[in-house]
Amino acid sequence: MRRLPTLLAAVVLAACAAPTAKAPQRSGFQDMSASTQALQRDDTANPAMLWVEDGRQLWTRAAGPQSKSCSSCHGDVATMKGVAVRYPAFDDTLRRPVNLGTRINLCRQRHQQLPAWPAEHQELLSLEALVGLQSRGLPIAPPRDARLEPFRTRGEALFQQRIGQVDLSCAQCHEQRAGGRLAGTLIPQGQASGYPIYRLEWQALGSLGRRIRNCMSGVRAEPLAHGSVEMAELELHLAARAMGMPMETPAVRP
Amino acid sequence: MAARVLIVVPPNARRGEVVELRATIAHPMETGYRPGADGRPLPRDILRRFTCRYNGEVVFSAELHPALSANPYLAFHTVATESGTLEFEWTGDNGFAQVERRPITVS
Repeated sequence: MRRLPTLLAAVVLAACAAPTAKAPQRSGFQDMSASTQALQRDDTANPAMLWVEDGRQLWTRAAGPQSKSCSSCHGDVATMKGVAVRYPAFDDTLRRPVNLGTRINLCRQRHQQLPAWPAEHQELLSLEALVGLQSRGLPIAPPRDARLEPFRTRGEALFQQRIGQVDLSCAQCHEQRAGGRLAGTLIPQGQASGYPIYRLEWQALGSLGRRIRNCMSGVRAEPLAHGSVEMAELELHLAARAMGMPMETPAVRP
Repeated sequence: MAARVLIVVPPNARRGEVVELRATIAHPMETGYRPGADGRPLPRDILRRFTCRYNGEVVFSAELHPALSANPYLAFHTVATESGTLEFEWTGDNGFAQVERRPITVS
């Protein structure tokens, strides 16, 4: 019987050590029903392609006092291949990380001299989906930029931080309980590999920010503002988490 | 900007072949039962009818109702008889009308 405490201590130690081993990355795509997967696989059925087609028209549409379009500077949209996989990236002027949507809006303000689109604006999402689509299949590759490091660290802390009246952190669901169930719904790892997504629940295209705000109001926390530094920090951590996963933009999710 | 559509028509078909046609249109399909931000029901705005004509002849039509999700997707089949035009027409509330034409070559 004298051995029991040592044995117990060993079991407790082993149990504590186990969760530190990271589960392999798993896209939400793998846990969707076959029919939803088929919807994402087929570009002629994926409803997000309606926005992509819109984005194609916007890409070449001249606007603003200088009558400039996206293509006046960037040329064909195919040149944007590999761009979306490295966002959020550091913006030299703002001295903070910005996500792809903010970057498009900054382009719009700086080069087209037009007012920024509000968050979740249909035209902004269309361009985001179009640019994202060019990188489909490429591995997510956050930039190795030392200036981003403090922001990413804060994003990671926020990911681990318990929030809201429900007092849950992102990590508690999406790392510790990923693969389990919340009522009838499977808890995904929450890998941000296909944004903007067409979510069947929304019946529309939405950004990563919208999805994160959804989760935050779900745990009854005050959602982070769209385009805020904190949101960019959290997105930076999510990008680091999803590093190497193939980009799925524009993905379909239930 | 006109409503956005995704239409799939096989460009070439053999005579007598059964071909699949697919059509998606961007539309909110607002049911008329949902409350808006002010608590009042949002006015109904749905597509009422979809018709597909093959060289003028109706080959498929459907009545649509509020229970359908936004951006409705319809897939159906027809027999390729001769080369010509497929016409896809959606009509709905608030005078919504959209017609799209796609060529089909039958050999």
